[in-house]
Amino acid sequence: MKYHPFVIPFSIGLAFVILYIVGMWTFWIIRLSRREQKIVWKRLFSFRTIEAMWESMMEGLFHRKIFKKHALLGYMHMSLAFGWFMLIVLGNFESRLYPHGNINPPFYPIFFEFFRHDLSPLREYEEIFTFLMDFFLLLVISGICLAFFKRIKSRILGMRRTTKHILIDRIALTSLWFIFPLRILAESVTAGLYNTGHFFTNFLGQNVIYNLPLDQLYYPAWWAYSIALGMFFVTLPFSRYMHIPAEILLIFLRKYGVKEKEAHSTFTKIEQSACSRCGICIDSCQLSTDLNINDTQPAYFIRDLRYSQPNERMRETCMMCMRCVEACPVGIEIAAMRRNERREHQIFSSTGYEYLNGHTYPKAKVAFFAGCMGHLTPSVIKSTLKLFDAAGVDYTFIDKDGSICCGRPLQLGGQEKAAKQLIDKNNTLIHNTGAEVLVTTCPICAREFKQNYHLNIPVLHHSQFLLQLANDNKLKINKSELNIAYHDPCELSRGLGITKEPRELLEKVGNVVDPTKQAKNNSLCCGGSLGITNISADQKKAIAASTINQITNSETNVVATACPLCKKTFNSAQDEMPIKDISEILVQNLNHTDSKNPAQVKESKVTVSV
Amino acid sequence: MVDFGFAPIEINIHDLDKADLRLSAWISERDETFKLCIACGSCTATCTAGKFTKFSFREMCHSIRRGEISEAIAESEKCMLCGKCTLACPRNVNTRNIVKLVRKANQNFKV
Ligand code: SF4
Ligand code: SF4
Ligand code: SF4
Ligand code: SF4
Ligand code: SF4
Repeated sequence: MKYHPFVIPFSIGLAFVILYIVGMWTFWIIRLSRREQKIVWKRLFSFRTIEAMWESMMEGLFHRKIFKKHALLGYMHMSLAFGWFMLIVLGNFESRLYPHGNINPPFYPIFFEFFRHDLSPLREYEEIFTFLMDFFLLLVISGICLAFFKRIKSRILGMRRTTKHILIDRIALTSLWFIFPLRILAESVTAGLYNTGHFFTNFLGQNVIYNLPLDQLYYPAWWAYSIALGMFFVTLPFSRYMHIPAEILLIFLRKYGVKEKEAHSTFTKIEQSACSRCGICIDSCQLSTDLNINDTQPAYFIRDLRYSQPNERMRETCMMCMRCVEACPVGIEIAAMRRNERREHQIFSSTGYEYLNGHTYPKAKVAFFAGCMGHLTPSVIKSTLKLFDAAGVDYTFIDKDGSICCGRPLQLGGQEKAAKQLIDKNNTLIHNTGAEVLVTTCPICAREFKQNYHLNIPVLHHSQFLLQLANDNKLKINKSELNIAYHDPCELSRGLGITKEPRELLEKVGNVVDPTKQAKNNSLCCGGSLGITNISADQKKAIAASTINQITNSETNVVATACPLCKKTFNSAQDEMPIKDISEILVQNLNHTDSKNPAQVKESKVTVSV
Repeated sequence: MVDFGFAPIEINIHDLDKADLRLSAWISERDETFKLCIACGSCTATCTAGKFTKFSFREMCHSIRRGEISEAIAESEKCMLCGKCTLACPRNVNTRNIVKLVRKANQNFKV
């Protein structure tokens, strides 16, 4: 016997989901831009494909990144994905090994125990197969139990909050959760009647449910199992579970070099579908942990983007700090997506800054740009320039008498065209100084100059430049007993990947202590971010206070920042902990006896023509 | 009229009873901090755009309160959204948000 009507729900579901996935993949691939298709073809037969396969396995089946975040959570995802995968693979092997005619319809391996009660033709493998099938079934069930438990007490699995799901997700989730208990029931009933199982299903069938009318349960159990499977397959493409096939495609495309562009594209669509709404981004977001805003994080933003359009609140309520990007196990380029979504709504016209005329500044080797935020913290400028003087740097302070904003705040708000005007003006200004290197104390500017200006000179954050000076022995620093907590600014750490240099520099002055894991790429935002405009000053302070609290302990003497905005934000939120820019700490410990020029700020001649 | 030898200049008279306060109401509804401004001018003193032009956040707010809607909207375009004013404001007025609201009003709100 190779057929029974109960296989129909499963078969319809399977046919539908396979057609849908193949259709969707094809559609996505042909909708990629020509350039993207070209690079995909070019790299298809290269080592990248093997890497992508490996990554798909590590992430899709074993969920390595989630494991790293929290072992139990990783186990939960792994047991479900890997366990189910193994059941399918083993089921297929088993049914192929079993001697029968050539035709092996897709439902046959899935319902193998129903069709074959006498497994002895499998010979010596019978024992192995029945054991492994029971083992992996148990593995999956342990995952389901954890998933269920997570809905009630998520903290045990390292999550403060789980994602609130929409109806289609709930239906898919419920069918998924039912699949395996129903499979156990069907297999246990069969094992109870025909001894087809092993330690788990045989035990259940012959010792636990043996008193039940197994004969009457037999067909309904297999029907129910098939319906649950069918139901899951039919809902999969429209629910969060579309992430399973989409993530595989995403991993491959990413390996070939396809990424988010300056506007939403087909790749965005793939990324949207690849989001599993696992909710890991919700917990990583300080709007959630510190302000209890729990509905604008990527899990929801991406969901809205996938089904319709995020509303204004959804679009705007984000600091663009990229903590979620760092945390996302699927590696979705969330910040770029949000930026593009903001870009769709231009509110500044492209002629607004026609009043900007251009400057002339003295020429020098080093162009120093303090930026808007730098100008709000004159002590940072002063100490940085003192250090430059002490090291004998030939510099020109190119925004001494007022700057044009670097354009990043506009860009963070999606005002691309307006920002472009500022960028063009600044570009000329920088070019005219003839400098060989551009140094800024502000990571916001540094990132903007580096990533959006296409300058032909290197851009250094002052922490990098000062470290060079110190390493070249141009700056002599005295080591003190200070215990310094260093705060990584988002734009510097996640934005530019600069985390080592500031620490190395600070090690020359004192001991850098990182009392928390929330450092380097995982660093906390100060809350002052220019990427958000719709939270209040008090809310910003709450984030700042919580950040200070987390990055310091009783040993800390001073918090070192590398961002003038962070310094300002922290200072406005609390009084207990002294907050100093790296340059201020260095100046205090400068070894004057050794330096070439006793520190004195050089008066650079500046003219501004408006 | 009695001739005192001086008189108000006609165009400088603002009759708040006749002023078009729709924009003011539209903004206050969306950002309450708009009402907190005491016109101290700290924002203007620090303004990046103010270094190059007459633009002043404080004046823009005045215009809105006086009902000079199109003037306010035109001025708002000069702001670079740099955020200095927000940090300087002693009343925690969410200045950048207000500039953005004025810009949005330009699109959503027929004057
Ligand atoms: S964006 Fe990433 S972290 Fe957030 S729900 Fe989606 S997959 Fe999970
Ligand atoms: S970028 Fe920052 S603020 Fe925005 S959602 Fe991600 S973690 Fe939250
Ligand atoms: S001020 Fe510093 S920490 Fe705050 S958003 Fe900007 S770079 Fe990030
Ligand atoms: S600094 Fe604040 S209170 Fe003062 S004028 Fe500007 S917005 Fe108003
Ligand atoms: S955000 Fe606009 S108004 Fe405020 S200081 Fe900057 S340019 Fe001036």
